[in-house]
Amino acid sequence: MKRQAVRLVGSVGPAAWLPRVGRCYSTHPPNARLNLPIDYSTTPLLAHGGRTALGDAGEMPAQVRNGPAKKMNLFQAVNDALGIALAQDDNVLIFGEDVAFGGVFRCTMRLAETYGSDRVFNTPLTEQGIVGFGIGLAAQGMRPVAEIQFADYIYPAFDQMINEGAKMRYREGSNGPHAGGLTVRMPCGGVGHGGLYHSQSPESLFTHVPGFRVIVPRSPIQAKGLLLAAIRCNDPCLFLEPKILYRAAVEQVPEAAYELPLSKAEKLKEGKDITIISYGQPLYLCLSAIQRAEEDLGISAELIDLRTVYPWDKQAVFESVRKTGRVLVVHESMVNAGIGAEVAAAIQEDADTFVRLEAPVGRVAGWSIHNPLIFERFTLPDVARIYDGIKKSLAY
Amino acid sequence: MKSPFLPALRLQRAALAPRLVAGSAARQRRLSSSVSQRPNSDFVSFPGALKSAFTSSLKFETPESYAALPTYRVVDQHGVVVDQAFEPDISDEQIVKLYKDMLYISIMDLIMFDAQRQGRLSFYMVSAGEEAVSVGSSSVLDPGDPVYCQYREQGFFKERGFTTKEFMSQLFANRNDTGKGRNMPIHYGAGRLNIYTVSSPLATQMPQASGAGYALRMQRMQDANAKPRVAVCFFGEGAASEGDFHAAMNMAATRSCPVLFICRNNGYAISTPTLEQYRGDGIASRGIGYGIDTIRVDGNDIWAVREAVKRAREMALQEGGKPVLIECMTYRVSHHSTSDDSFAYRARVEVEDWKRRDNPITRLRKWMEARGCWDEGKEKEARDGLRREMLQGFAEAEKELKPALRTMFEDVYEEMTDDLREQMARLREMLDEYPDEYDVAEFEGGKESLKR
Repeated sequence: MKRQAVRLVGSVGPAAWLPRVGRCYSTHPPNARLNLPIDYSTTPLLAHGGRTALGDAGEMPAQVRNGPAKKMNLFQAVNDALGIALAQDDNVLIFGEDVAFGGVFRCTMRLAETYGSDRVFNTPLTEQGIVGFGIGLAAQGMRPVAEIQFADYIYPAFDQMINEGAKMRYREGSNGPHAGGLTVRMPCGGVGHGGLYHSQSPESLFTHVPGFRVIVPRSPIQAKGLLLAAIRCNDPCLFLEPKILYRAAVEQVPEAAYELPLSKAEKLKEGKDITIISYGQPLYLCLSAIQRAEEDLGISAELIDLRTVYPWDKQAVFESVRKTGRVLVVHESMVNAGIGAEVAAAIQEDADTFVRLEAPVGRVAGWSIHNPLIFERFTLPDVARIYDGIKKSLAY
Repeated sequence: MKSPFLPALRLQRAALAPRLVAGSAARQRRLSSSVSQRPNSDFVSFPGALKSAFTSSLKFETPESYAALPTYRVVDQHGVVVDQAFEPDISDEQIVKLYKDMLYISIMDLIMFDAQRQGRLSFYMVSAGEEAVSVGSSSVLDPGDPVYCQYREQGFFKERGFTTKEFMSQLFANRNDTGKGRNMPIHYGAGRLNIYTVSSPLATQMPQASGAGYALRMQRMQDANAKPRVAVCFFGEGAASEGDFHAAMNMAATRSCPVLFICRNNGYAISTPTLEQYRGDGIASRGIGYGIDTIRVDGNDIWAVREAVKRAREMALQEGGKPVLIECMTYRVSHHSTSDDSFAYRARVEVEDWKRRDNPITRLRKWMEARGCWDEGKEKEARDGLRREMLQGFAEAEKELKPALRTMFEDVYEEMTDDLREQMARLREMLDEYPDEYDVAEFEGGKESLKR
């Protein structure tokens, strides 16, 4: 279910004749002080020079962290991880629509040439076929990495994922086979002009299904470490790649193979007055909003990246909220029954955390609508809405 | 469906042949630029249909202009051999064994159907009329061939070695059930026999079988000593209307996967007759459209099924691997399941006709009696013996404990998550707090298994 818009979305780089203001298709209002374009080249969420990105450096072995690194954007980090997985394990196979020539987002560049067309190949245009095929491979002990061209097109494979992939280990009991070797990768999230079917973030639909691990990286270092962990994990994994970061997010990524832990959140910034919880691209918006709020309101905010949205790291969230007493959850997908609903409910359900709450749990997320082309900037969370969320929570 | 289709197909195969021979390097790049239009050519070299000849007559192909694909049979309904080239390839003892396997399933059907009617198990599905398809297929496949079933292939489990205890443990969901009591009755699975556990959603097993076939192909490429194996996939003609059928056939063909697709076309999908299921020539005619070698077989003739599956397996392993489709024509003599009364949508006389006129078990029995290796005495002895064995297994399985309560939280993930440990503890608290509200005595270890 690839569509004409592929080219449009795939070529994120601005044309030379257009003013280079963040992204070419939208500019910010002249007097804006909050909704400014994210400058990915200076954000402390990415490791620009000596790998000093905010985050838990202790998760990576010292020799990896201090070893050689290479500047990569997110699609290159995904490509790097896939290359390592193919090189290290003969059981790894990569397939999907248009992956053989490198993929519409360049994530599988040169993999078919290097590892052979039997291990990296195009499939017919059928999402249910791709995921079903992957489950069959996994059940035979392979480690298939299937690509769905856009998260918006995962739905034809819903049945295979939910009734088959997620349930196989449970259904087989002690018979042995399971689909744990399966990883499904897919680009997700808003890209400024993706409209209804090149913008969706369907992660919460899959967090309602026991059996899958649902992962959303925010940076090239994460994409590589979490993807390698997902491929090697014996549970089926759904790996959502924020496509707006494919080219925009660039950082120094260790060249060695490494894994980052699944189902473990990462504290990006210490704070004492409010906890902001997010994952994927909105983390950059959160950090901007926090910086403005700290300047304006004289507070300090803690920022947590969930990384794995299911099974998620409740303890990390509880610990933080017990300290700050205030919390805001931020995500692109619509607010109702989104990840924020689950996080908020879990916070109020945990007695030791509930009693520490000083304000209602806030949610900044997409409105409960489809992603409309021309109105995208009014529905997806932005710095101003997050800033306002922080302000309201503190004023409560 | 002979002439107009087949030459075209052969040409298409020929166009693909070099890439199969030359292997991966050649397959890697079949750039569209290599398909070009030559001046004055008789063929349109559009990339989408290689070697399609030009024609100046405006003519639509109509399904009616093709004769229905023929149905291969070896023995007719009177038990008389009609394929004069046929010689049984197995001993009389082995033939009797296959007959008893079919008989076993038909007797189990009667006992378990009644047991369900008495409320002693929640659900059952019989396979009356279709025993030859499953037993016959199983008897010519390698025990290592991974098999995906739909749900009406009990005979396959039996022939491959599923025991009475295993059947009954699954049906009663007791602690000896390898599915750990999680699945509805007849959703059998057998890891040791390389048969995947049956899942209710129809046709989902089909693209999975294509993937399994591709895995077998890769494993042989990576290890020359690996045993040649094919994936096997059963499905009904109703399931073939699902999108997964299309996905599976197309993927198996384009990725050259060694997989046997075996369709049981029994005329009905619950109440829906085939006339409301499709308008083409059954399922077999579709195989050709996908570029898949295909045969239609008399599914009430175990010899025809055996010959076709045996040959199909050899074909599936040729050229590194390819799919083959077998459509077995049968008639669903039984109700769809214990939840169905089929006389609400078809005439009782139609069913009685099929039972009397043509039935895979009586057909093989007539053949065996003509051969002199079976008679009324042996029949009675076999029936009595199988019935005794089954009733004994039934009684033992029914009184066996159910699996430990803890197993309901296990195998969702490889390791139990923190959430699940907490939920297990909460269930335990409920059982402690409200002991009269729950009966846990039938579960192995009672509530004690619910410790974190």
